[in-house]
Amino acid sequence: MSAIFILIAASLTIAIGFLIAFIWSVKDGQFEDDYTPSVRMLFDDEIIETTDAINPKQKK
Amino acid sequence: MHSKTKIAEHLTCYHCGEDCVDDHIHIQEKNFCCEGCKMVYEIINQNGLCTYYDIEKNPGIAQKVKIREGKFAFLDDKAVEAKLVHFSDEKQKHVIFYLPQMHCSSCIWLLEHLNKLNAGIIKSQVNFLKKEVSIVYNTNTVSLRKVAELLTTIGYEPHISLHDISNKKIRKYDKKRIYKIGIAGFCFANIMMFSFPEYFGLNSLQEKGLREYFSYLNLFLALPVFFYCASDFFVSSWKSLQQKFLNIDVPIALAIAITFGRSIYEILSHTGAGYLDSMSGIVFFMLLGRFFQNRTYQTLSFDRDYTSYFPLGITTLNEDGTENQIPISNLKNGQRIKIHSGEIIPADAILFLGKANIDYSFVTGESIPIEKSIGEIIYAGGKQTAGAIELEVVKEVSQSYLTQLWDNDAFKENAEEKSVSFIHQVSRYFTYALFSVAVISAIYWQINNPAKTWNAVTSILIVACPCALLLSATFTYGYMLRMLQKFGFYAKNANVIERVASATTLVFDKTGTITQQKEADISYNGAVLLKEEEQLIRSLAAQSSHPLSKAIASYVPFSKVLSVKHYNEAKGLGSTGIINSLEVKLGSAQYITGKKNSSESDGSLVYVAINEDILGYFLIRNTYRIGLEKIIRQLQSKFKLALISGDNDAERQTLIKYFDNKTDLRFEQKPQDKLDYIKALQQKGEKVIMLGDGLNDAGALKQSDVGIVVTDDINNFSPASDAILDGKSFTKFSAILSYCKNQKIIIFGSFIISILYNFVGLFFAIQGNLQPVIAAILMPISSISIVLFTTGMSSLFARKLRS
Repeated sequence: MSAIFILIAASLTIAIGFLIAFIWSVKDGQFEDDYTPSVRMLFDDEIIETTDAINPKQKK
Repeated sequence: MHSKTKIAEHLTCYHCGEDCVDDHIHIQEKNFCCEGCKMVYEIINQNGLCTYYDIEKNPGIAQKVKIREGKFAFLDDKAVEAKLVHFSDEKQKHVIFYLPQMHCSSCIWLLEHLNKLNAGIIKSQVNFLKKEVSIVYNTNTVSLRKVAELLTTIGYEPHISLHDISNKKIRKYDKKRIYKIGIAGFCFANIMMFSFPEYFGLNSLQEKGLREYFSYLNLFLALPVFFYCASDFFVSSWKSLQQKFLNIDVPIALAIAITFGRSIYEILSHTGAGYLDSMSGIVFFMLLGRFFQNRTYQTLSFDRDYTSYFPLGITTLNEDGTENQIPISNLKNGQRIKIHSGEIIPADAILFLGKANIDYSFVTGESIPIEKSIGEIIYAGGKQTAGAIELEVVKEVSQSYLTQLWDNDAFKENAEEKSVSFIHQVSRYFTYALFSVAVISAIYWQINNPAKTWNAVTSILIVACPCALLLSATFTYGYMLRMLQKFGFYAKNANVIERVASATTLVFDKTGTITQQKEADISYNGAVLLKEEEQLIRSLAAQSSHPLSKAIASYVPFSKVLSVKHYNEAKGLGSTGIINSLEVKLGSAQYITGKKNSSESDGSLVYVAINEDILGYFLIRNTYRIGLEKIIRQLQSKFKLALISGDNDAERQTLIKYFDNKTDLRFEQKPQDKLDYIKALQQKGEKVIMLGDGLNDAGALKQSDVGIVVTDDINNFSPASDAILDGKSFTKFSAILSYCKNQKIIIFGSFIISILYNFVGLFFAIQGNLQPVIAAILMPISSISIVLFTTGMSSLFARKLRS
């Protein structure tokens, strides 16, 4: 039963860690724009050309 | 003679989607409506950004109007740059541009890939709701002016107004509120969790150490709640007490303080567990309610003044005739400036070269442009509709006739002080009642069982918290604001709803408020026009900037404008021209036939004649908004109405049909006259709602109890107001006003509910028998039920809005 002292202290510490993360993200401005990220995430990534890597081998 | 007309294919521009006259501007199979669109496409294509056209169809903005080169030369000025750039070091600069043309995801995509167009741009990020792009660029390779010009070449010209360099900054999105809510919520949840053993009877357990451990943890968690999160309530109640007034925060602050005090005493003296869970719960719910109510709309601004209307750059002429671009704040008396077509005149100036045809519709409400001759003074705020003109400045920008309006006292007052919310008045009665109950029970217990006195009194003050009152108000207003927003009515804050509910008189502006700017009501009467004849009419009408000509030009089916020889325009009467060796005339009856029209009509008649052969006439009416008649009938039964307009009284007869003989209809009112009229009404005891749309209404909007701007495009500039009404929702205006009136019923109902809860709590408290678990149960239940009640009722009343 006395183990509960430590357990509660540990869980509270972790919970406070999450609170700090929340405050940090609000401060950083993450929640200022809640619409554009939803559009941005649907854009395709750029296709990186890989032919340069293959060609030198073929040229030889 | 019947001519076979070729059925033209309906070609649309690949870039902007507008109609193409023909297919002569094209690349491979893609057609464009103008060279401008084609150029933008080429830029985008050459830089491998064609995904722009894949994400949305025809995402571009029409480029028919060419942007002047050198328009952004004023950005080279160091002082201007310093004000616009909000972060800079040796390598990078960080600037935010407002791009009102942004409208789709393709825009977002293109604007975030600006580094492909110019390697000097390091990063660009879009905030779509605010229509802003935040650009980080390399100072050594690219200048601020180049960035603006780059954006212009792809069709997104940044809108830079005088406001951007003025020192007034809009208060940013309040993050502190969020921190407080986060911390309060966190602590509330944890304290409640640690109080569970207390609820379920830890007393029976032998582990005294455990009980103390939980109590101290609760105390530790309650400290930030009391000192940080609840600080708003203490500060507010202190301020109101200093003014000898009891607002709603006073009993709340009292309840929080007493709860905290008693809990500390109990915990430190090991006599109990305290009521910290109720205290932190109260703070959390009320902060949440306040936040919910006050969340402002990011896209709208209710506080614009003339600085947002004027552009920033102006072309000045030097002694030797060369041109300079400077910011308008640097304009001095005696300087010569050049105004191009479509530009706004920023300061009172005298015309000394060019043909001036000034459109003052936004400023004074006059719908027809005024022609000014050389030597005449042209007042600031008008828009030049003819070609380029040169003027000499006589008054600085901030001293012009227009901006003097903002010196009026009406603008100095803080709107928040306009009226005290009725909630505060109700809460005063609540506080008196509460104190009486506490005093009576104190006396009772002092006589019968002195040991219980302290217990009973503090319990009463803890449980009878008016937090439910505050919650009902904040959640009702918050919900109503959202509902109204859905129906096109954007209120600045909750106080507006209350002031709307108590209004007695409505005052309307005419131009732009009850009339619609976009579509003119035109009909044609006469011989059926052949396609060639339509083309002739259109070509002639396109030559003039008179609104009637413009209306005809857009009404007649789209066709290529032919060149007109010997063009002659008689101001206000008509115009003549020779097209393809045919004489075409457009004008009033007197102009065309020589005889005045005998019959009255409720609009303007424009006759058309080709080679002396009168074909027929166009009837053009001032378009009033759809449903205007119905709305006015509905409003007349509940309010007194009036109309004050800056335009002339040509429409008086028509308006009498809409309003009626007894309504006050005033015309040719200057902005100051409008303000004075409202003031006079208020002195008679009326509560006035003013509906306007232009700068000429700015004074009246401020002076009135509620100033509402009616606009067809909420992104456009509008003067400072308390609310913005979307033109499309104009027919719902009466329903909106009734809905606001309902708020009193809802709040009253939830007051009753909260008082019932208070009775239950007081039942236990007066007996001195208030256990923490009862307080802890009562508080969330009452809060949640009140929130549900207000939300439900607000939603119920909103049914009328939907229909």
